[in-house]
Amino acid sequence: MSAGTPNIPPELRRSAPVLEPGHTYGSVTEKISAIVLTRPTSMGWFVGFSIAFSLAMLLFMSVAYLILKGTGIWGINIPVGWGFAIVNFVWWIGIGHAGTLISAILLLLNQKWRTSINRFAEAMTLFAVMCAGIFPLIHTGRPWFAYWMFPYPNTMGIWPQFRSPLIWDVFAVSTYFTVSFFFWFVGLIPDLATLRDRAHPRAKQVIYGMLALGWRGSARHWHRYQTAYLLLAGLATPLVVSVHTVVSLDFAVALVPGWHTTIFPPYFVAGAIYSGFAMVITLAIPLRKVYGLEDFITMRHLENMAKVMLATGLIVGYGYVIEFFMAFYGPDKFDKFLALQRLTGPYRYFYFALIFCNIITPQFLWLRKIRINVPLLFLISIVVNIGMWLERFVIVVLSLARDYTPSAWGRYAPTFWDWSTYIGTIGLFLALLFLFVRALPVISIAEMRELVAHTSEEKK
Amino acid sequence: MIEHRSHLYGVMAEFDTTEQLIEAAGKARAAGYKRVNAYTPFPVEGLAEALGFRRSAVPLITLIGGLLGGGGGFAMQYWMSAISYPENIGGRPLNSWPSFIIVTFELTILGAATFAVLGMLALNKLPQPHHPVFNSPRFALASNNRFFLCIEARDAKFDRVRTALFLENLHAHDVAEVPDE
Repeated sequence: MSAGTPNIPPELRRSAPVLEPGHTYGSVTEKISAIVLTRPTSMGWFVGFSIAFSLAMLLFMSVAYLILKGTGIWGINIPVGWGFAIVNFVWWIGIGHAGTLISAILLLLNQKWRTSINRFAEAMTLFAVMCAGIFPLIHTGRPWFAYWMFPYPNTMGIWPQFRSPLIWDVFAVSTYFTVSFFFWFVGLIPDLATLRDRAHPRAKQVIYGMLALGWRGSARHWHRYQTAYLLLAGLATPLVVSVHTVVSLDFAVALVPGWHTTIFPPYFVAGAIYSGFAMVITLAIPLRKVYGLEDFITMRHLENMAKVMLATGLIVGYGYVIEFFMAFYGPDKFDKFLALQRLTGPYRYFYFALIFCNIITPQFLWLRKIRINVPLLFLISIVVNIGMWLERFVIVVLSLARDYTPSAWGRYAPTFWDWSTYIGTIGLFLALLFLFVRALPVISIAEMRELVAHTSEEKK
Repeated sequence: MIEHRSHLYGVMAEFDTTEQLIEAAGKARAAGYKRVNAYTPFPVEGLAEALGFRRSAVPLITLIGGLLGGGGGFAMQYWMSAISYPENIGGRPLNSWPSFIIVTFELTILGAATFAVLGMLALNKLPQPHHPVFNSPRFALASNNRFFLCIEARDAKFDRVRTALFLENLHAHDVAEVPDE
């Protein structure tokens, strides 16, 4: 029954399959649910989780100290009021975008290779948005008043300023988180039912059973479920584009040289997808290795993700060129000055490093030999992650440090607390991922069964 | 021992492949059964048609959610900025609609997505922790690798013996009665 060994002719074998041959409905169910249900928790998991959680504790401590002392513990001051907080916010939220792209846009484009990576990419999105959300919140200085950003009837008789991009951000990011959560959870429901039916101790069964909402795989339910899932994908697609557009408007709407440009929205969206795919590769490579998921996350996935990374990297490169072109093509002498400051100013080494990381490094991905070389691909993805962080640093800090009047110039250097908060969010992100991998299926079991059905059909 | 009809939810047949299931669903419908449902571990293409489901109301609900979100979102901003707390800043218009578009857009998506998910769950009557089909002995496989077809006892044409025989003749792997409680 079902999928035997698909006879793929060798000339087509050049690109690896999305699912290694020989899998049945039962075998994908068994293999993926075993990671959660029967596999003993490895020592490596405990070590990894402990390190990640210790770093998360560093975050909690840093935030507690920040609330105690105020934002003066950071390196920010006039004129550079947006330091690490905003750099990290943009970096994290950008990382989240790849998850939505994989789960929504590739679903609409009917790309079968999305199936085995969408679940953990969506989880990555959720956790990245959580980390992102922390930064503007604590950057307000008085996070206990953060609810003031929402329009609620209050005794002060005032409302948020809806003409401000910072308020747009509140709506964009909270909508993004909510919709990403829906997408992830709706996708999880059938798999939670599978876990419920296979879990052994009663307690586990009850917990998975509650989360599965009583899903029983009724055809009537699937019918509505599929419609809703497809609609969610259709809604998430413009949403993901809008979110980073709004983030870029935080900058582009301001009259600061280097920020006030129309290339920002598309250039930010491309950069978000670029860094997001880099992060998905960074996470997928160890995940498939540790849990033996090479059959499901095949070389085809890694290669395709590398190609998306290359393509979006080139768009980002185009953005860098246009920034310079427009500065010199346009009439504004401050724009010209700022463009030159990128190359000669106080943060020039950061700029050179980002060009190396974001423009030069991904060019290696033109070669198939490098795209299918797992350790090298992993290395490149890390370099791109760093590069995209540097890009946001240069954008945020340099423009503020080199304003219109030399007397208003300043410098910014991160303090210990800047670093501890940033590294702490990486810890929180990884700790949540460790918990996710342990408690929920990292690959959508129901969709893998569909893939088995499709591949066995193709064989006929 | 004869069980009373009301103690029975229906008769459930188990199949190995989607093709067998779709074929059986079509035959059950052709035989005049109306209350037929299938249980599968993943959405099976062509099954909804074989069972004769009509289009679901989810798209309409989503549209309503989107319109409410977008319309409500714009109305909220208009009312707050132009009526409740008008601020004259250099004579600029109070209803500065281009700046309201982004929040309107985000709330459209939020409304549509929320309605899509909650609407889907509500139409499916979920969450519902228990359901008679779970009484079926091998039903745990419906979330793994088997496909089930259930003819419900409420069906006018339902008969314990004849319906079970009918299902067995459809090359079912296994046919079992599903008790109601």
